[in-house]
Amino acid sequence: MIQLEGINKTFDDGSEALKDINLHCNTGEITVLIGPSGCGKTTTMKLLNRLINQSEGKIYFDDKDITNMNPVELRRGIGYVIQHVGLFPHMTIEKNIGVVPRLLKWDDDRIKTRVNELLNMVGLDPDTYGQRYPSELSGGQQQRIGVIRALAAEPPIILMDEPFSALDPISREQLQDELIRLQKNIQKTIVFVTHDMDEALKIADQIVLMKDGVIVQQGTPEEILRHPADDFVKDFIGQKRLQQVQDIPTVGEVMNEKPVTIAPGRGLAEAMKVMENKRVDSLIVVDGNNTLEGYITVYDVTQAFDNEDQQVQDIMHTFRHTIHADMLLSNAIRMMNELKAPYLPVITEQHSLAGLITRGSIVGYMGDTYPSVRNGVV
Amino acid sequence: MNDYGYLSIFSARANDLLIALGEHMLITFASVMLGCLVAIPLGIFLTKTDIGWIRSITFTITNVFNTIPSLAMLAMLLPLLGIGLVPAIVALFLYSLMPILRNTYAGFTSIDPHIIESARGMGYSTTQLLFQIELLLAVPYIMSGIRLTTVYIINWAALATLIGAGGLGELIVSGLGVYDKPLILAAAILAMLLALVADFSLGKVEKFFFKSAHSTQQQN
Repeated sequence: MIQLEGINKTFDDGSEALKDINLHCNTGEITVLIGPSGCGKTTTMKLLNRLINQSEGKIYFDDKDITNMNPVELRRGIGYVIQHVGLFPHMTIEKNIGVVPRLLKWDDDRIKTRVNELLNMVGLDPDTYGQRYPSELSGGQQQRIGVIRALAAEPPIILMDEPFSALDPISREQLQDELIRLQKNIQKTIVFVTHDMDEALKIADQIVLMKDGVIVQQGTPEEILRHPADDFVKDFIGQKRLQQVQDIPTVGEVMNEKPVTIAPGRGLAEAMKVMENKRVDSLIVVDGNNTLEGYITVYDVTQAFDNEDQQVQDIMHTFRHTIHADMLLSNAIRMMNELKAPYLPVITEQHSLAGLITRGSIVGYMGDTYPSVRNGVV
Repeated sequence: MNDYGYLSIFSARANDLLIALGEHMLITFASVMLGCLVAIPLGIFLTKTDIGWIRSITFTITNVFNTIPSLAMLAMLLPLLGIGLVPAIVALFLYSLMPILRNTYAGFTSIDPHIIESARGMGYSTTQLLFQIELLLAVPYIMSGIRLTTVYIINWAALATLIGAGGLGELIVSGLGVYDKPLILAAAILAMLLALVADFSLGKVEKFFFKSAHSTQQQN
């Protein structure tokens, strides 16, 4: 986890670049710093690899104060991608990717293997591209190399300074998709600077909106879209995007708030009875504090029914996926589709059950919202 | 009194010509080497320093050296260093400073600052950055400075004979004394050839470095 506490930065010419920045970036997430030019987003990022030093305040990586670390050592443990790519023109692609491993004195075989692995990861054939020079590649390919070069020595943290903004729209989209795909596997802590709201909404787990050296708002894309802190944020997001969000309901508006539940310590006969009464084929298991434990299906119960010693908790499955009430319904539907899940439990921050989103509840909501559908059915 | 013509002189006085050529090359090589040893580090220092006046003063001084006529330069060094090889090399060394210094400076300032930034951001130490990135990228510029200087120094070295440093100039001057036209011409031709060969071969080296070092910065 990256933590910034009470950061102030005054440049030598007396201009105040950052004022009392407090920020934390979660491990394995993409934190996007966004704002108009001159807002201090790049300055904030460069504090993290100490290309710029703060005037006041502390920065911690996993509770280690980085001001006590050797900046050169520190940087070798952090991936760095910049807008202008910054590939070394006098080195082949292979050499470029292997830069940090070489600085870290990996042996040649290991570097070679890693370089090939990385090139394959972004769909560039090592035999074709390894020996080329950067100037022989297209802009999109160069930045792919820029990105995998940052990944080469497997740093836990990666800093990306407007990496895609100089690319044409098609390459940009592709690289964003690739980044999302890569991130699913590599789970790095990424700090990403951009001025493009679409890009931020697409890739961010957390968005940090900055203006004039101050953090204006920090939250998930969802939170920022739903509850913009002030007019500046609203303007920055743009009316169109705000409206789009307001048209789509959240999970919370659609979910079944009183799903049929059972406690883990109950017997199987009792579970069967509940299912019969409520006419459902599965039950959500919650403990006395309403904390979500898992679920049982009628199939599990009939399978284990003969064993009188068994309780609900013995045959219970845990949920692999849960959602929060502020998720957009469209996202929830997509999730259900991808997971082929008949329902998804909605939980609160404290992991207690808030409701259940089922196919039935979605159809019910649509019936209420779209009269034409209702008339058609009736 | 001569027992050779314009062509046969090359065989008749081969020994004298070769010795003179060797001295000429030595003088040139020594002064250019010295020039590199001083001007390249100095040029790098000038790109790193934040103090503007050091930069302007250094450039002014080296410029002034180059404005002194070579004859006058040798005359001025005569009371200080006497005669022989040393004052000649010193004089020519002073001439070599400016082009190498300028080109080193230009080479370093021409490097895309984003390349430096990404190198620093990835954890190159200052020395590694200098030797593995900056110097390699600036080499084509530095090489062209060295090439330029070498050609000039070969020409000016002909005057070094006036303070007794030898070289091809000595044959020319002594040829003038006895009106030995073939000798004058032969020495002059050798000096020209030397300059052409140096220019050509250093040009090749420069091109090689330019290709490998830059593969031209076409990035945008």
